[in-house]
Amino acid sequence: MYNPFSLTGKTILVTGASSGIGRSVAVECSKMGAKLVITGRNKDRLEETFHKLEGGGHQIIIGDLLKNEDMNEISETVPEIDGLVYSAGIFKLIPFRFLNSGNINDVMGINFGSALGLTQKLIKAKKIRKNSSLIYLSSVSGILCSSPGGSIYSASKGALSGLIKGMALDFAPNNIRVNSIAPGMVETSMFSDGILSEDQLRDGVNSYPLKRYGKAEEVAYAAIYLLSDASAWITGTNLIIDGGLTLL
Amino acid sequence: MTLDEFVEDFGELFENEEKLFFQPDDKFRDIEGWSSITVLSLIAMLDEKYKTRLTGEEIARSVTIEDIYNLVKLKNPNNIQ
Repeated sequence: MYNPFSLTGKTILVTGASSGIGRSVAVECSKMGAKLVITGRNKDRLEETFHKLEGGGHQIIIGDLLKNEDMNEISETVPEIDGLVYSAGIFKLIPFRFLNSGNINDVMGINFGSALGLTQKLIKAKKIRKNSSLIYLSSVSGILCSSPGGSIYSASKGALSGLIKGMALDFAPNNIRVNSIAPGMVETSMFSDGILSEDQLRDGVNSYPLKRYGKAEEVAYAAIYLLSDASAWITGTNLIIDGGLTLL
Repeated sequence: MTLDEFVEDFGELFENEEKLFFQPDDKFRDIEGWSSITVLSLIAMLDEKYKTRLTGEEIARSVTIEDIYNLVKLKNPNNIQ
């Protein structure tokens, strides 16, 4: 059957696969024929994702991307890949004057530092095949907008959105493409873990011309596109998926 | 940390040139300058100074400064007298 978006024959590494967007990316990619290697910190939740994967030949690697030895373990254990979807990350709203080295490192570490570090280790371990596609979960926050208390989160995602542009140039000779997906607010546990009240979440929807937050699958579909050969001429881009949020 | 000291810390959240003085039974939403950023500052201040994590929803359900104090006391009795 004609399908330019097929991922059959591709091995894809998904980080942050134990919940939210990462989980959805893993599940949807498996439905498109990919073999998945999923990583995350929480064994139980990672296994829950694993059981939702379609097809066979998938693999689990448990690890914390903030620990250097775990990153080494992941990059050594993982088979050669054709794609990476980096969706490990945290969301925090901290007013600027409350930023300190501790919470700056928390946010920059997982949202930016480990994205860079893990990719570097994968490259050095020669795990990223030619013609691969690397995708990093960024945000509209940073390159296009922010929110009160969002300075450090925006900084981490803005850094990531810039990083992919330089990486895209460095990796172009090997035909490895590097892109980010920049979503608006997506309904995942990350955004309902208590910082925002229910009223704030309800009111926030009104900022979106399409009058709803995104769904994790809708981000996963973009990842499928960027992983597939359909996007073979796209590199160094931040693909915005935001229900029209940043039009206004 | 006493209730009086807590109320003083609460006043620090408002970035006024002059120091603000409040009472424990003041309804914090009625205070001039209260905004969504004050909520975030309150969460950050409680985390930093009182090692207590409050959610936006818990604050949304509170009315007076003392309500917040009582929440902190409930969650982290060691920090408060």
